[in-house]
Amino acid sequence: MRSQRSILNNLRNPIAIAASIQERKRWEQFFIVLGWFSLLVALLTLVFLVGDLFLRGLPMLNWKFFTSPPSSDPEEAGILTAWVGSLLVILVTAVVAIPLGIAAGIYLEEYAPKNWLLDFIEVNITNLAGVPSIIYGLLALGFFVYILNWGESILTAGFTLALLILPVVIVTTRESLRAIPQGIREAAYAVGSSRWQVIADHVLPYSMGGILTGIIVGISRAIGETAPLITIGALTFITFLPDPPIQSEFPYISFKWIWSPFTVLPIQMFNWVSRPQEAFQVNAAAAGIVLLVLTLAVNGTAIYLRYRFRKSIKW
Amino acid sequence: MVEQPLPYSTKLSVALPSRTVRIWRERIIASILFLAAISSVVTTLVIIYILFAETAIFFEKVMEVHQESLFEALVEFFTSTDWSPLIEPVGIGILPLLSGTFTTCFVASCVAIPLGTIAAIYLSEFAPAKARELLKPILEILAGIPTVVYGYFALLVVTPFLQKIILGVQQFFNPGKEPWEYYELPGFNMLGAGIVVGLMVLPYVTSLTEDALQAVPVELREGSYAMGATRLQTAIKVLMPAAASGIVAAYILGLARAIGETMIVAVAAGLQPKFTFNPLEGASTTTAFIVSVSLGDLPHGSLEYQSIFAAGIMLFFATLILNVLGYFFSRRYREVY
Repeated sequence: MRSQRSILNNLRNPIAIAASIQERKRWEQFFIVLGWFSLLVALLTLVFLVGDLFLRGLPMLNWKFFTSPPSSDPEEAGILTAWVGSLLVILVTAVVAIPLGIAAGIYLEEYAPKNWLLDFIEVNITNLAGVPSIIYGLLALGFFVYILNWGESILTAGFTLALLILPVVIVTTRESLRAIPQGIREAAYAVGSSRWQVIADHVLPYSMGGILTGIIVGISRAIGETAPLITIGALTFITFLPDPPIQSEFPYISFKWIWSPFTVLPIQMFNWVSRPQEAFQVNAAAAGIVLLVLTLAVNGTAIYLRYRFRKSIKW
Repeated sequence: MVEQPLPYSTKLSVALPSRTVRIWRERIIASILFLAAISSVVTTLVIIYILFAETAIFFEKVMEVHQESLFEALVEFFTSTDWSPLIEPVGIGILPLLSGTFTTCFVASCVAIPLGTIAAIYLSEFAPAKARELLKPILEILAGIPTVVYGYFALLVVTPFLQKIILGVQQFFNPGKEPWEYYELPGFNMLGAGIVVGLMVLPYVTSLTEDALQAVPVELREGSYAMGATRLQTAIKVLMPAAASGIVAAYILGLARAIGETMIVAVAAGLQPKFTFNPLEGASTTTAFIVSVSLGDLPHGSLEYQSIFAAGIMLFFATLILNVLGYFFSRRYREVY
């Protein structure tokens, strides 16, 4: 019972009150320093990470690095096959994840009756968002590679990453649909639109900003993702490019490339980091710069878009 | 009687589809959208099916190799400290992988939980609005860095730094020896990997904790201030308990991420399964093991092919339990007010 007595005594003693306030203020100052310190840790991580990457890798970054395939000689090695592979895999990912994610988001937000099934799907999506990416790799290895027999191809990789980023796309689609005021839907219904017309002509176009942000965040995650692609058996050393998608003779467009083996930027970087030779660490750093600039640029676009759309909403 | 022309046209200038067509089109669209929504459930089912089917084959093979019953195989799986499915004699104890996962996770939590909580309280209660606007995108940048880049950071920046610190500490307390006579931190160690996993998880913990603090109604804050409490007292004695379930959810979800983190540990923690809880050693985590096996030539149907699914199922259930717990806690804090 220290407290009640001493508080009562303190209340009668203005000097003690002042001292107590002083003490609490000091604690608060101390905490502010602590807060700055923990934010500084985050900040310093960023500075050291980016700084080290650039100091080590920048001399390696030249035109040749982008246009030569990997090689056992670190001076000759480049990221040509890696960035082409990344580009094609992300293309497949986008083609699969964007329509599927938006459609699922629309159904859950606009169509689904509020019942146990909706609850179940919702909990399920939350859980999928928390499943480690390497589990998606195991799913792809067991299902796409061996049951569907797609092999270790760009198609498999694209589908794997699409499933991985699907929860992100669905959740942001739902959030941006929810932000559209009910009045807009009612107005469209009032002039005789069907449900799909309301969505396709009004709700969807107005929420495109938010949906786009979600897609971009998902894509940036897919660009940096390594583990599930290693699991499906992406090659770490590949010196040839997949078939070009555009051909000189009829039918001009070829889809052979989706079946070809591939490597991607993060895997190329992982491959270089795990080699013992010092020279390959320089290559790893250079690949890291490319990867970092790419994902940060994509992420930055998302942050900017969100900022812009949040500002421009005037319902 | 002469028919008066109506003052407006009763005919629409466009041909509208009939009612039936309209209804059917709507139905078809709704079913397509439903199929898309169901795809997430299908994904989960396929994950579970694949993991269970392949793990069952794994145990069948183990029973064949070891000439033991399923029960004995399961007991060995959960109690043996020898995990070597790739080399003869085959060891199938999962404990070395779990100990590696646990140790890196523990180190990561020691970094992410205190720093994340303090940063969140600071951002939510103390920081001026301008600082918050500036700092949140920085945290988002940290969350967006590819994990393989973090792995590079752990191996080539953090570990050498830790090696110097550990050597320095030993020289300070125990001076006078040659540098090589001191204990040297191995190049692959769980300490460096764990710290970097913690730094990677930090933004998630911070932003989820901040969300939970922000969700506490402003009246509670005002009530506390009215009693003469400082911001710090309010934060610790009023807001933290009020947001407790949300904060716990933030910790649990951060932990789930740390368990599932793959590339950092695969690059920096070492790939040798070893039963140890000492973060100064190198060891393999569940995720790192899956990566190291997949990197080799992986013949379909071999024991090592099956073993990654057996390891994966442990990982899947560990993160599933944590995610469900996190979901449960975060639901609670939303419903309280």
